[in-house]
Amino acid sequence: MSVFIIITLIVLVFIIIYQIGKASEYAVVLRGEEKVKSQANAVIAILLLLLFPLGVWGIWECNEIFKDRMLPVAACKTGENYDSMFMMTTAVTGVVFFLTQFLLFWFCYKYQASNKRSAFFFAHSNKLELIWTTIPAIAMAILVAIGLRNWYDVTSVAPAEATVVEVVGKQFNWIVRYPGKDNELGKRDFRKIDDANNVLGLDWTDPHNSDDIVSQNGELHVVVGKPVKLLIGSRDVIHDVGLPHFRMKMDAVPGITTTLWFIPSITTDSMKQITKNPDFVYEIACDQLCGKGHYSMRGTVIVETQAQHDKWLASQQSYYSQNNPSAAPAAGENAKPKTDSVKAVTMK
Amino acid sequence: MNNQEIITEGASIAHGHEGAAEHHAHEHHEQHFIWKYIFSQDHKMISKQFLVTGIVWAIIGALMSVFFRLQLGFPDSTFPIMEKVLGEWAKGGKLSPEFYYALVTMHGTILVFFVLTAGLSGTFANLLIPLQIGARDMASPFMNMLSYWFFFVAGVIMFVSLFIQTGPASGGWTTYPPLSALKEASLGSGVGMDLWLLSMATFVVSSLLGGLNYISTVLNMRTKGMTMTRMPLTIWALFFTAVLGVLSFPVLFSGFVLLIFDRNFGTSFYLSEIFIGGKALPHIGGSAILYQHLFWFLGHPEVYIIMLPGMGMASEVLSTHSRKPIFGYFAMIISLIGITVLAFVVWAHHMFVTGMSPFLGSIFVLLTLLIAVPSAVKVFNWLTTIWRGNIRFTTPMLYALGFVSLFISGGLTGIFLGNSALDIHLHDTYFVVAHFHIVMGVSAFFGMFAGIYHWFPKMFGRFMNNTLGYIHFFITFIGAYLIFWPMHYEGIAGMPRRYYDYSAWESFKHFQGVNAFISIVATVVFAAQLLFVFNFFMSMYRGRRVTTKNPWDSTTLEWTTPIDPGHGNWEGDIPEVYRWPYDYKDDGNGGDFIPQTVPLKPGEEAH
Repeated sequence: MSVFIIITLIVLVFIIIYQIGKASEYAVVLRGEEKVKSQANAVIAILLLLLFPLGVWGIWECNEIFKDRMLPVAACKTGENYDSMFMMTTAVTGVVFFLTQFLLFWFCYKYQASNKRSAFFFAHSNKLELIWTTIPAIAMAILVAIGLRNWYDVTSVAPAEATVVEVVGKQFNWIVRYPGKDNELGKRDFRKIDDANNVLGLDWTDPHNSDDIVSQNGELHVVVGKPVKLLIGSRDVIHDVGLPHFRMKMDAVPGITTTLWFIPSITTDSMKQITKNPDFVYEIACDQLCGKGHYSMRGTVIVETQAQHDKWLASQQSYYSQNNPSAAPAAGENAKPKTDSVKAVTMK
Repeated sequence: MNNQEIITEGASIAHGHEGAAEHHAHEHHEQHFIWKYIFSQDHKMISKQFLVTGIVWAIIGALMSVFFRLQLGFPDSTFPIMEKVLGEWAKGGKLSPEFYYALVTMHGTILVFFVLTAGLSGTFANLLIPLQIGARDMASPFMNMLSYWFFFVAGVIMFVSLFIQTGPASGGWTTYPPLSALKEASLGSGVGMDLWLLSMATFVVSSLLGGLNYISTVLNMRTKGMTMTRMPLTIWALFFTAVLGVLSFPVLFSGFVLLIFDRNFGTSFYLSEIFIGGKALPHIGGSAILYQHLFWFLGHPEVYIIMLPGMGMASEVLSTHSRKPIFGYFAMIISLIGITVLAFVVWAHHMFVTGMSPFLGSIFVLLTLLIAVPSAVKVFNWLTTIWRGNIRFTTPMLYALGFVSLFISGGLTGIFLGNSALDIHLHDTYFVVAHFHIVMGVSAFFGMFAGIYHWFPKMFGRFMNNTLGYIHFFITFIGAYLIFWPMHYEGIAGMPRRYYDYSAWESFKHFQGVNAFISIVATVVFAAQLLFVFNFFMSMYRGRRVTTKNPWDSTTLEWTTPIDPGHGNWEGDIPEVYRWPYDYKDDGNGGDFIPQTVPLKPGEEAH
């Protein structure tokens, strides 16, 4: 019922507005079409001219409002480069933006219709075309050059000493695997996956797997100042490892392994002080629509010192020993299984 | 009754009797209602069919966005009205996550394909190509009719998919597999996805039938004297739009066919090493990325399929209403060619973070940023067109100016996203949402509105109401910026798109207030669009009558036809063309324009 009432109301309001509009049309005829038209034209010209300062003020306000809500400083070197390139691109496009928008609205006001003058017949000028073909082309060339330098930087091969960690997406959480003592990730096969005791399908015949640590709480532990290379995969549909604080992201595609590497430069604890937010946490956001729980597919990155990391690592038990109790001594030193590492993170 | 009287909808019939005597050009006979209004082969009627169907879809698609914006802006509130309209999907007045994604998917599909492709080029290519090049109809009126009816059937199938139990497709308008390929992955990947694919395949057929027709008409059916370089820029733009569609839609079609195979016949084109629903699937060796290549091979040209008609119409409207020739006519054509060619070689900039080779990525960066050059040329040419003009702020002119403003704003953010080094953080965030909504959403819509307000007198023999037009413009223009400008900041903060709820995210939850603000503005802007729809249909029957053939004092051929042209457009011979379409200059008799049909004066130089 309420739907109909609302629809009726809207239609009634429209009819009223339409009648007013209609009445103004008759008024035009009564008061002389030419005169009214030129008056209306002048009013619109002023309104358009006002749009420009209004827009500039709006942009200023937006900047003020959002200044404190943006991401904190980038937490890795490539991220810092990212931010400076972003500012540079903003400056270049900003100049063009304000210049062209100003001209647009200024011309509207300045060259509004008038009986006193007629339009200037100006059909083409090769010189002008040449100028505004060349300048954007040069500007683009510079932006491409800076962009490609950063791009090759970000996508370059990870240094050999990088810690390798595997991040695997599934509907709707992240599974993280560390190589364990032997520093080598063992083979896995999707046909061996069992949600009860082998979430990644690790091949138990591969000895490299016996000490691998699998964490299902979505926490990615990395050491500050030490390069970390992520091997990214997916169990089901396409996901995406989004790391806003490190200014990068990479798809997780079933059947393909993608990679990403970076050197975290600020620990989570330091970031809590920088942001003055005791709850601060680096988050991994899934950036590729993956189904109904997409919005809740959250992971976290814990950036810690080497000492903290070693301590945390020591408390972890290998996935093999967790799921094959009889063989426990093979890997973990009788560490008790952490409860949170078997509980998957899902929010609803 | 002669044809004019029948073809026009309750509009002026003042000139009907004089037309009857001159109808020797071709046979006219009494047509049954069905053949005149429904299975019509008159390009003008088909154009109206596309437009009205497009408007209906636009209302549906926009209403969907209002619903999911309300959910996103006010996650803690309940909206009983949503339950009334959407039923089970919004139990208790809250959208379910599945249906939220279904609405997002449908909103994208409907607006991109049904409104801004079929509704836009379907309307204006049909209306303007024959009228502006001087042809009595399309090369194949029958194919033209089929084009509309395939579109209609595609629409019916899509509409039906809204009502099935598992809901419509919900994998985003891009429908990436494996999400869209596996029924286990999501509710919407069930029957809803089958219907989506069926509907889109039908849509591709419609688009090809239309596009081939537009191309052959432009190439073969120009009137005497109408050389290619005397065609209005609208025609150039619509021509390249059709070329883009004809060359890229088949690729999309092939992508859909493979997806249909993967879904129903056990093939593994896109599927490999998947464990879902508690079991490992037998598929091995497929590539999910292959689909993205096939999809974006259309998907990117599609952006220009949406933009070019607006560019063409804005050029025409800006020139006419500032009483000045378009600046740099040839530069405009060359930049259109540049955009069309580049449109085919930039698709992978949508895939920078899929893990494709960084080297390949860098090639696409270069090609993508190249597009900024022809785009910049167009903007500067538009600005120079209004410079020292004599601007009449009619409603179409306001929309053309708004088009330029929005095209600049949305185009510039493309420079960020086309650069892979910046895209790697902004990809799939609200920055992207802001970018493409401004440039191919709102800006394209502004081009379309400019066209509708400008050619409404030609379509229906009446004007749309001016006051309502002004209100519609200012609300929509300011509203569009209020909605999409703040989204850039959310995107820079890395806020991912297509999230149902951000409240659990430490990095994004403080944008809640902004999201609520955007949702409120979106609802207001939606209401303003209903005002436009109201104005449109009221003016069809009640609008001020057009009393002269050429109400805007325009130079192009469509304004030499009778106020309500019958099937065949011109009574008697088709006029001959002697000059380029933008001779807005002193005609020697106090007028400020010279129509294309006026021969060059002795000693006058052709453009």
